[in-house]
Amino acid sequence: MEQTSRRNIDTSTIMVRIIGYGFIGLFALCCLFPFILIVSSSFSSEKAIMESGFALWPKEFSTFAYEIVFKNPRLVIGSYFVTLAITIVGTAVGLFIIAMTGYALQRQDFLYRNKISFYIYFTTLFSGGLVPFYLLMTKYLHLQDNYLAVLLPGLLSPFLIIMMKAFTKSIPHEITESAKMDGAGDFTIFLKIILPMSTPALATIGLFIALGYWNEWYNSMLFLSPNMEYRPLQLFLYNVVTSADFIRNSAAASNVPAQDIPLETMKMATAVVATGPVILFYPFVQKYFISGITIGAVKG
Amino acid sequence: MKTEAVTVQSPTVVVKTKTKESVFKRLWKHRTLLLMCMPAIIFFAIFAYLPMPGLYLAFVNYDYSLGIFDSAFVGFDNFKFLVMTGDLWKLTFNTIAYNLAFIVLGNILQIAVAIMLNELTNKWFKKVSQTIMFLPHFISAVLVGLLAYNILSYDYGVLNSFLKMVGLDPVQTYSNPEIWPYIIVITFLWQSTGYGSIVYFAAIMGLDKSILEAAEIDGANAFQRIRYIIIPWLKPTFIILLLFSLGGVLKGNFGLFYNLVGANNTMLYPTTDIIETYVFRTLMTNFNFSLGSAVSLYQSVFGLVIVLTANWIIRKVSPENSLF
Repeated sequence: MEQTSRRNIDTSTIMVRIIGYGFIGLFALCCLFPFILIVSSSFSSEKAIMESGFALWPKEFSTFAYEIVFKNPRLVIGSYFVTLAITIVGTAVGLFIIAMTGYALQRQDFLYRNKISFYIYFTTLFSGGLVPFYLLMTKYLHLQDNYLAVLLPGLLSPFLIIMMKAFTKSIPHEITESAKMDGAGDFTIFLKIILPMSTPALATIGLFIALGYWNEWYNSMLFLSPNMEYRPLQLFLYNVVTSADFIRNSAAASNVPAQDIPLETMKMATAVVATGPVILFYPFVQKYFISGITIGAVKG
Repeated sequence: MKTEAVTVQSPTVVVKTKTKESVFKRLWKHRTLLLMCMPAIIFFAIFAYLPMPGLYLAFVNYDYSLGIFDSAFVGFDNFKFLVMTGDLWKLTFNTIAYNLAFIVLGNILQIAVAIMLNELTNKWFKKVSQTIMFLPHFISAVLVGLLAYNILSYDYGVLNSFLKMVGLDPVQTYSNPEIWPYIIVITFLWQSTGYGSIVYFAAIMGLDKSILEAAEIDGANAFQRIRYIIIPWLKPTFIILLLFSLGGVLKGNFGLFYNLVGANNTMLYPTTDIIETYVFRTLMTNFNFSLGSAVSLYQSVFGLVIVLTANWIIRKVSPENSLF
């Protein structure tokens, strides 16, 4: 088969392939380009950037920006710790609740499944908007300057509950039925039978939650004030990117004179430090994200 | 007669008590599953339903010390203000225009990428390029803003380095509102195309390969196979995704706009201000909570109408895909 099809290749197929390789190759390069730019700039000397701008290859190699970032690593490490803690706790708790809800809502013998599903789904159709949410969080729940303001709102999302429902639907109902015959309760069935059987689904949904927490900056920006010492990583990066004063302050302990602090390269170095680990980790878990969007799209 | 009356009456009594009992009985029977849903029910009650009555803010002149429900009632004054200043129209236009550009161009590019990926034969190339194309989807909005700055910065950006190299004048990107629609749309496509193409790629994978082989035997060339088999095969997926995204046409991507444009770049507002960024400003810089809520209420109500319409159309086109 392989041989015949290879012999039968006509010019149109060759042309389509050339276009395909060219188009995909070019698009992939465009996707990669800004990342190379940022890494290269972070390893460049500030002087070279002042003179000739950001470039794909450092004109003058320097690790000065990283040295300053790590000379006083307290802030960066503190940020890492805050983000890591929020991500781990939030993912564990969120995943458990989503799995539990998703399983209950796809049980055909659960009388209230449609009502509760709609109750959850409706929140994507209509919302109170930012201002009432902000007042609720600050004035009524008093979560200003509290990491819970970042942790709590990210726990669940209707989208992930629907995805979990779609995943657990593929587990045959007979398994629940036979376990019930043996006298197991619903929660025991979920904990002892369903959870161990849905590891791929849990991996996918867990990664979606974790990615959300890792990249979270919106609630951090809304509810954590600038004078908080240890802020989530993306808020830290946001402050570095948007405020030269913030860079100077955070580099103050490094004993580098204020005028010598490399403002531009430090932005890039901080971005690399804040994002690098995720990007290195991501190719290994890519397949879970793919299965997530495929099942999400099938179900709508 | 008497006996008849009794026989009629007694069943109703029985039925009545039965339903009354069975509500609790039913609740009791499903108690474990109900309890399992309870954390989610409480979560959405607090973070989604509790803020909803807060939209009453749109009809008052909010006074922080008095609270939402004791502030002075002003009726539709906030909405009148938004209409009179032209803000409401401008925000609606910007939000919808951007979303339409995202949806139309996004889907076209995603389909193109999926079709091209399918034609590639080198497994290694396919895998590596796919991984790279997904990459922009996984980074934070803050980083997207910084990546754009690397390219667009007046003094150090790659764009101006390039323009100077070929002998053209550098452009003042961050003070030139006309070019921002292009910048924002391109950034959106850069970030979402690779990941979005997965759905179409999976759909092509679901196509029976023997159909393509039969077409090849019948003399269809590669272009004809794409044009007459693959593209028609993707049409239902396209229509459903299109309708779904049309439902969200009034919802903006705050992170993208805010981080690209910057927090206080008033010069760019005419072409970059969307509902989300406007509401954010009313809250964080102008402290006009009522005005922000009026825009949010408008967005939620109008958005709901659009979703219901989109769903109504989906039900006509393909009932199994409808939301409800």
